[in-house]
Parts: sequence; structure tokens; C-alpha cells
Amino acid sequence: MNEELLISGRDNLLIDPHLHIWHWPIALDLFLGGLSAGILFFAALFFILGKENKYPSAVRKAPLVVPVLLILCFTALFIDLRHKAFFWQLFTTIKLQSPMSWGAWTLSFTFIVSIIWAALHIREAFPSFDWKYGWIKDLDKWLSKRKLTLAWIMLFLAVILGVYTGILLSAFNARPLWNTSVLGPLFLTSGMAAGAATIMLFSRNDEETGLFKKLTVILLGVELFLIIHMFMGFLAGTQVQIEASGLFLGGEYTTTFWIFVVFLGIIFPGILSILSLRGYKMPLAIPVALILLGGFMFRFIFVYAGQLSRWLY
Amino acid sequence: MRYAMAVDTKKCVGCSDCVVACQTENSVPLGYCRDWVVETMDGTYPQLEVELRSERCNHCTNSPCVRCCPTGASHFAEGGIVLVTPRKCIGCGACIASCPYDARFFHPKGYVDKCTFCIHRVREGMKPACVAVCPTKCMYFGDLEDPNSEVSMVLKKRKSKTLIPEAGTRPQLYFLI
Amino acid sequence: MATRRQFIRISAMGTGAVLAGAAGFRLLASELTDGQKATLAALTGRTPTYCEVCFWKCAGWVWKDEKGAIKKITGNAEDMNCNGRLCPRGTGGVGMYYDEDRLKTPLIRTEERGKQSFREATWDEAFDYIADKIRKLSAEWGPECMALFTHGSGGKYFTTLLKALGSPHVAAPSYAQCRGPREVAFQATFGQTLDSPEPLDIRDTRCLVLIGSHLGENMHNGQVQEMSDAIDKGATIITVDPRFSTAAGKSKYWLPIKPATDLALLLAWINVIISEELYDKPYVEKYTYGFEYLKEHVKTMTPEWAYGITTIDPTVIRETAREMANAAPAVIIHPGRHVTWYGDDTQRIRAVAILNALLGSWGRRGGFYRSESAVIPEPQHPAYPVPKRTWRTEFPDLYKLADVVLANGVCDATVPDPSRNCKFHGWIVNGSNLIETLPNRANTLRAIDSLELLVVIDTMPMEITGYADVVLPECTYLERYDEIRAVPHRKQQIALRMPAVEPAYNTKPAFWMARELAKRLGVIDYFPFEKIEDQLDWQLKQVGTSLEEMKKAGVKTFDRPADDLYFSPDEEVEFYTGTGKIELYSTLLADSEFDPMPKYTKHEEPPEGYYRLNYGRAPMHTFGRTSNNPNLTDLMDENTVWVNPRVAKEWGLSTGQYVHLVNQDGNRSEFPIKVRVTERIRWDSVFMVHGFGHDQKKLRRCYGKGASDSNLITKVLIDPIMGGTGMRGNFVTFITDLSKEEVAS
Repeated sequence: MNEELLISGRDNLLIDPHLHIWHWPIALDLFLGGLSAGILFFAALFFILGKENKYPSAVRKAPLVVPVLLILCFTALFIDLRHKAFFWQLFTTIKLQSPMSWGAWTLSFTFIVSIIWAALHIREAFPSFDWKYGWIKDLDKWLSKRKLTLAWIMLFLAVILGVYTGILLSAFNARPLWNTSVLGPLFLTSGMAAGAATIMLFSRNDEETGLFKKLTVILLGVELFLIIHMFMGFLAGTQVQIEASGLFLGGEYTTTFWIFVVFLGIIFPGILSILSLRGYKMPLAIPVALILLGGFMFRFIFVYAGQLSRWLY
Repeated sequence: MRYAMAVDTKKCVGCSDCVVACQTENSVPLGYCRDWVVETMDGTYPQLEVELRSERCNHCTNSPCVRCCPTGASHFAEGGIVLVTPRKCIGCGACIASCPYDARFFHPKGYVDKCTFCIHRVREGMKPACVAVCPTKCMYFGDLEDPNSEVSMVLKKRKSKTLIPEAGTRPQLYFLI
Repeated sequence: MATRRQFIRISAMGTGAVLAGAAGFRLLASELTDGQKATLAALTGRTPTYCEVCFWKCAGWVWKDEKGAIKKITGNAEDMNCNGRLCPRGTGGVGMYYDEDRLKTPLIRTEERGKQSFREATWDEAFDYIADKIRKLSAEWGPECMALFTHGSGGKYFTTLLKALGSPHVAAPSYAQCRGPREVAFQATFGQTLDSPEPLDIRDTRCLVLIGSHLGENMHNGQVQEMSDAIDKGATIITVDPRFSTAAGKSKYWLPIKPATDLALLLAWINVIISEELYDKPYVEKYTYGFEYLKEHVKTMTPEWAYGITTIDPTVIRETAREMANAAPAVIIHPGRHVTWYGDDTQRIRAVAILNALLGSWGRRGGFYRSESAVIPEPQHPAYPVPKRTWRTEFPDLYKLADVVLANGVCDATVPDPSRNCKFHGWIVNGSNLIETLPNRANTLRAIDSLELLVVIDTMPMEITGYADVVLPECTYLERYDEIRAVPHRKQQIALRMPAVEPAYNTKPAFWMARELAKRLGVIDYFPFEKIEDQLDWQLKQVGTSLEEMKKAGVKTFDRPADDLYFSPDEEVEFYTGTGKIELYSTLLADSEFDPMPKYTKHEEPPEGYYRLNYGRAPMHTFGRTSNNPNLTDLMDENTVWVNPRVAKEWGLSTGQYVHLVNQDGNRSEFPIKVRVTERIRWDSVFMVHGFGHDQKKLRRCYGKGASDSNLITKVLIDPIMGGTGMRGNFVTFITDLSKEEVAS
């Protein structure tokens, strides 16, 4: 028999009996970050490819919600901080070795770029909008001429942001469940799928909707592939990783993960999208809602389960 | 200068004096602890073995917590002691998540707290409170780069181990076995 | 763009600012927190004290922060008890002061006893009530009907009070409930008692035998420290215990003995030592009496005989005996501390004493040294009145060899009994939670019920306070002066306790309380000093120091006048026994018609489905005294019941599950206790730490946590020699279904 006990009564709040310092705010932050990254990615991509007018919702309409999403993202991050009065310290320095520092700055730059892009296309939502001040009008004109450069920057930042949401977790080797390099691309793909799904909802022309349905299906497929290979990686890994993956293969998160994230969040909406492409009529809101919900649940479950996985005791 | 601590598991009786002394010395709030005692037991009656260890932050050389801190609140002080500057800490919890030893926690005031190797005592030439109080004198502290320090001497004489060395953090808390 | 001059100026200023900022940044990078600065500030301004959390009385320093609040307590480096290092309870003593559940004001009972219902009273009210009652009881029954139970430093002053009134009945539960049997056993063998701390030369021993001591879990500070020194020096430790204790984990030999058979093992060891001629021949020849009787007596008690009783392999018995002999005279068979187990405890410790004597460890380096303690003169006062009758005169045949008043004796003699024509009518209880201390709670409660006066002095609202007529709140040791500590050790050493802070709430020191009562009862002459500081200063001046000096030093050590820590090779030693020698054959016991040499008797074994209840200590607690201490409950806030995995499998128990325990008499634990399934306990026993399961709601931190072993100790095995209450003859079984309603036991 083998026992390992804490005999001095350790019971640190949020640390014992297992880590639970991060809750829904972080999950929401990761999800909104990924979603924003997806939307901005497609906006930038199709603008660069010159398809602005073929896919107007992607390039001009959908990005309008991104600033709002990112404000919510920052709010969620702020709520999560425990020493809130000092939050500004985050922006006094860049720590190149700290993923969280990368994340704070990336998020900030993306936010600025998304505001600019949204501001440039404000008339999609408010046709009679007019900038009151002259200098803003000048700035508008100046930036509109350089939209291509802006788009390239936005493309770059969107990919970084999408991957970052996974890198943040995978950098913690103390949490074996998160410590897999697949997580970065996985969260990026998930974010892009969510972005594509959202654009699908905004779309008003059939060609655009059709393209994005296809893109959504492909991205969901890739996401599923990455999830399966992530688990294969765990099971072929070290003991702590095998134990960590056990949380989803018979452990307490098994049902929630495979039903909510994989089936309801990926497989089922994927099937619905394929059927929709084949001609079956259905309200697009259903697969889109499922994808978004699945995406959020994925981050949520992963944040909680990762804190259960550990090296010691 | 590289400060390190060694705990002799053959003499530790698990009394947890180190925990209370740390609490009163560092005004650690009730309900929290910066160090703790672990008992491991192996075998079947009557072939049994018990190991007792007093654990705390390992003040790792390759410490993930200093690396991942976005504001630099987690930093190295002299001798490699890992400290947190409260007024730079935003309470994001990245360092807590990055520690494979679960040595950190949120202080009720919001910043992150943990063992400091009693740096305020060490600077005055005293030993950390836990080392100074231990009734079995099973704890040693000093500069590993000084071959005559008590911790260097005891590590030369005895077999020792660290916890989860495979995590790659190069911990500086040694257990004599 | 600005001119070049401006450019240079701005750049210079900018660079300077950056450099200054960077330098400042680096300086501030590792600044101390407020807490750390406060700790350093407190390095001056410490006050001396000696700890009251247990009875070891380690001397230490109390440190305060810049606001004058108590911050921490550390050991006094010159103190021989602790060598500058306090144990976890001493370090956690700050919790005693800061515990908000402390008694805060005098209380007078309003409803019947046990209901914990009181009204607050002034000190005058409380003292008048007590004095009136004592006067009445003295007039009606004589002052001898008052008894004092004490286990705290303040007891000294209540003892003076009681003796001044004319009652000799001062009882300490630490005798018959704890170490009484070993005092009688060592008195009978070596002619002197062991006292506290025991004169064990552990730091120089080469072989330490622990049979009934779980050093490391019982945190006798000095002994644990010395055991650590001994381990460093390569000493062998032999542990005899049915449980794999912490000490067993550090032992070369662990003998997993069947419970209640220790005497057989000891006799077998004596057999081996004698038959293989491993004893210290010159020592035995010179100093002992009765060797031939002993040799004849143990002839048949071979290791093979013991094997059948103890389940310890005969080769192991021989090996360990030889190991002891090899180390002799630097060998200690530890006499134990809490030795009231099965009712034949005096005889068992007699075997321990005999074994030590055969190996020649008494009076030798690495064995038992000759301790010295300082003598602090008492202030002049009139002679105490001679009591007209004592418990000895009332019960001449009872427990003939007990030389002190027995706590359980007083308790028994309080329960009304038509066969006796006298009983105790009033109790003063100082710092002792009799409800948890005395076994057979029902008997204690019957006694209390028949009392006309029960006064309880305590710092915490322990269970006993619920039964009191008057509760007097004492301030903690950190808030008062007390008598000079003068405990036996290798040298004479005294220690001062002085208050670090003013008494909190409306609490007062025992000296003041006793004095106030003495005033009202007309015996103030026995307290000649009005202020305790003056008394202490006078006493200290008699021994060559002063209060001022002691306040700065904390302790004072006096060198031994002669180099007689151990016997010198040809010393003629006289032992205070009947024969003047170490009595292997005890004339004292023979004269009182007890066995002069120990015999093994079989004790009751647990019935089917029951397990022997073993209890013990945890190093972070002192019985129930610390159960509510915030710093120490942080370490351990409930006890667990250790269950062997085979037993757990049979009952379907798993670690973390809560169960009730019920004993052979149907007494049930009041609160459920958590199970720990572990290989460290034998399959025929369970183990739990004593001091939990408090049912006093005012102790908010520990109420209902864990179970009380005292509640399950209903069968008491009385030692006929000195009245010790053996408590290890109780057996428990499990109740796993907690849904049944609690039934009051």
C-alpha cells in the first residue's frame, strides 16, 4: 500500500484540494479572443484577395462586432484579476518570455486595429453616420488609402491572437493536460471555425453563405482531427499526461466533453452544414449557435479540467 | 551566490513547527500556509517505510513562475531567491498555474504570496524561521556556492533528492534520504 | 525641430531620467514587504516567558510588533529544556492569546449543571459567592471536604489557599491518569521518582528503547531534540509498538507487538540478559539487591515463551537484547510517560526499571543522569493548619503506595456512597478539563452532580466549565507573571515568566484570584506579598539574582557544585529503598503484599468484530488544550481513526469516510470520525489522537470535529498498587450508517 498525505493541514484557498484559480472569465476571454481572431482573419484574407465586394459581410459587416467582443474580452480579463488596482502594471513592460505578456499586448494591438477597421466600415451599419471632427475625417481618408497594409497587419495579428489563446495554456508545463503543442493550432482552428460560422450568420448573399458553409465544415473537420491527435499524443506521452487525458477518457469530464464539445459543438453542426449545402432548408442560426456554444464549452471545460491535472499528490 | 535549503527526512518527525513558525514570523493569514509537511508511506504491515518532508517553494533556478509573470512582479533576488513584489502583481494567477509544486497562493489582499526563504532574516545573517525553529534540527540553509556552508557540507555527505526533477525547474530544496 | 542645443539638453535629461529610473527600479525591485519590516523592527523589545501549552515549560521570548501586539514566540537559546527551539505548540502559543473564544469575564451559573448557561458577573460577585460557599461547607463538613484539581501553573497559588484553609487534598490528573505507575515503580526500584522532565541522557545514548513512548508524535521538546542528536551520532533505536509510529520509522528495530503483552517481552529480555550473562556484573554486584531471586523468577520466561504471547520472533527478542547490552551502560529503556494502560502498569514499569538496572544505565552517561533542580524559597507565612482527616485516614487500605492525592480517588470519593461516612463537597478545578481527562465520564458526572460547589478556573470555555457554579477566566501565560520555573535537569536552572501584554478582556492571573479569595476567607497571611512581582523579586534575590536581571536574561543557570552528573567509578551510592540498594526484588511491594517481581498476566482481548482502542498524541496538539487554537487547528483540526486495510475491506471502509465508533459497553462516539485506511496499524487495533470531539459549542473552531476517545473509555482497569486508571482495555466497533439519529450516550 502506498499513501501520500499532507499532514500539516494545508488548505490554501483556490489551491487545495486542487487548483481552481481560473473560472469562466478566462474561458470567456479565450473564446472571445478566438472568435474575434477568426472574424478578423477572414475579413483581412478576403480583402487582400480582392473579394471585398463578393463577400461583403465577411470583409465589412462582421468585423463591426469585433471591438465589442474585445471589450467584453478585456472586461472578462479584468474581472479575473485579483489585484485589480494594479492592472495597469501589465502595460508598463513587455516580458518576452511570458505568454501572458504577449497576450496582453497582442490583444491590445488587435483591439486597436479592429477599431480602425470597424471605424472605416462604420457606414455598413449606420449609413448616415458622419464623423463630426475634421481631423477624424482626414484620418479616415488617410487610412482608407492604406487599407491593404492594414489588412496584412490585421491578418498577422489575427493568426497570432488565435494561436495565442492556445499557447497561453500550453506554456504551463505544470498542468499536464494543457502542456501539448497541439493546443495552439487547435484553438486557432476552433476560433476560425467560430468566426466562419458567425460570418455565415451575417451573410446576405447565397454565394458568400455557401463559401462560408464549406469553410466551416472544413475547419470543423480539421478541429476534430486535431482533437483526436491531441489525445493520441497524450496517450503516447508521459505518465502525467496519460493521467491527465484520463479526465476525458473515463474521468469526470468525459460526458460533458464528448457530448457538448465534440458532438454538439463539432460533429452535429458539421452534419447540419453539409445537409444545408446539399439543399436541405434550415435556419442557419441552429448550427451557428451550436458551434459558438461548443467553442465556449471547449474553452470552459479545458480551463477547469487542466487545473485538475497535476504532477504531485 | 545560490541559496538553497536541505531537509533531512531521516530526522523530520512531521511536527509542523516549521509551518507555525513561518506563519507567525511572516504574518501569514490564518487558513493559508507557505510551507507544509508531507508523509509518504510504503509497504505492508509489518514491512513499512515512512518518509516525512517539510516542503515549500523550491526557489527554482529555471523557475517557470518568474518566466511567465507578465509584469515582472515575480523576480529573482540575491542568491536566486524568488520573490513577488506586491505592488507590481496584478493577480492574474499565471505564476500559480505554472508552478508544478503548487507552492503559491493568492494572499487575501489580492497579490500572490509564497515562501521567501525569509529573505529579511537572511539579509541580517539569520536563518529562515523554519530552519531556526526546527526541534530536530533537520533543516539546513545556506549558500551552495560556498563549499563550507552547512547546506553544502550536508549535501556532500548524504544522498539527496529533489521533487519532480523531470519538470525541469532545477529546484533548490533538497531532501536528504 | 528644435535647435541642436535644445536637442542635446533634452536628450541628456531624458537619458539621466531613464538611468535614474532604472537605478531606482533596481533598488525597489526587491524591497521588503510591510510585514517583513515589522518583523525586523520587533527584534528589540522582547520579554521572557516560559511556555504553558504543555508541562515541559520551555523558556522563550515573546516578540511584539511596532503596534505592541504579540507577534511571535521563540525559544530562549540558554534554556536547557528547548535549546532555543520551541515545539509547534509553543510556537503556536500566540493562538492562545488571540483565540476569540476565550473566557472573557467571570460567570455564575443560572441553570442546571452541564447546560453551559451563565450570567456575567463582576469579580466581587464571583469571589463573594465562592467565599460564602466555602465558609458554609467548612463550617458544616470541615475544610478537608474541599479538593483542588490542578494542571496549570496557577495551581500553586490555589494550593496555598487550600492548604491555608486546612485541606491537603490537591490532586493532579497527571498522576493516576498518566505517569503515576512509573513514579511508584521507580521509587520501589531506585528509591526515587522520575519527575518531569525525566533525567534521560538521550543525547549521549547508544541505544534507545521505546516501549510505550511515541517520541516524535508526543512532542516532549527536549527529548525529541536529543533523540535527533542521538540519531546523528548513530544511536540505535528500538521501538515496540503495535502501530508503526514516527519513532518506529526511525528505528533499527520495530517490534510490532500484540497489544497488552509488553510485560512478557520485557521479562523475556530480562531472561536473555541474565541467561546470556549480558548484564553489567560489577554494577549489579555493587548496587543491586535481589539478583538471585530475579534470576530464578525469570528462568521460564524465555523468548520462545514470549513469542507465543507477543508474536515477536524469538531471534528478534534475542538480537534486540544483545543490541541493548552492547550499548550498555549508554542504553535507555524509556520509562514512558502516559503509562496507565491495563491496570498492571506499576509492575510493567518495574520490569522497565529492572532492565535498566541490569544494564547499569541508572546513573551512567547515555542512561539516566542525576538531575538537580533549583530550590526557590517560599515567602514566610504561618504554618499550615494540620488537617483533621485526609483521604488516607479515610481509606487506609486503598492504593497503599500512592503517595499523592489521586484525581480519580477524589472523584470516586465525591459520589455519594452509603458505605462511606464522608465525601468531598466542593471542588476547585484549575486548568484541567476533567470531563475529557478522567475516564468513565458517567462517574465524573455523578460526582459533579452531588457537589455543592464547583469552581472552574480556565482560559477557554472547555467542557468542564459547563458544569461549574462559578467560572473564573484566567489570562493566558502571555499576560501574567507566575512562579519561578525550577525544573530538574542536568544543571539547576530557573526561568522567569512575565507578561508581554496586559490581560485581555476582563481576565486576571491566578495569583490575584487566590489572593482575593484568601482575603475574604481570612487567610491573607499566607500571601504576604500584595504584588506578585515583589514576591518574585524577593525569591530571586534569595538565590542570587533579581527580577531586573531575569527580565533581561530570561533564564539563569547554576553550575553543579560537584561533578556528579553520573556515578563516579567507585562511588558508594545510597538508594532510598528499604535495603539501601537498587531493588530488583522490591521489599516495598512485598511489604504491601504485592508481587515483589513482575509477573505476566493475560489481559482481555477484543471480542469478534471489535478492535482495541489505542489512543495517542499528535505533535501539533496538547490533548484538548490546543484543540481550539487557531494556529494549531490550521495544522490539524480533527482526528482520524486508523484502520488496517484488511479490516477496512471487511467493513467496506475507505479513507475519508466518516463512521461512528461504539465500544463494548455500548457507548457511542458523539460525533463521527474520519477513517484513515493505513498499513501502519495492526488488524486488531484502531488508533486515534486524543483531544478532539469537543461538544462545547462555545469552542467554535473545534466543536463537533473528530471524535473523543475519552467518551469511549468506560472500562477502567484500576492498578491496585497506586490507583492508576488503565484506559487501554476498551474495544470499539464501527457504525457505518450515519443516517441513524444520534442517541445520547
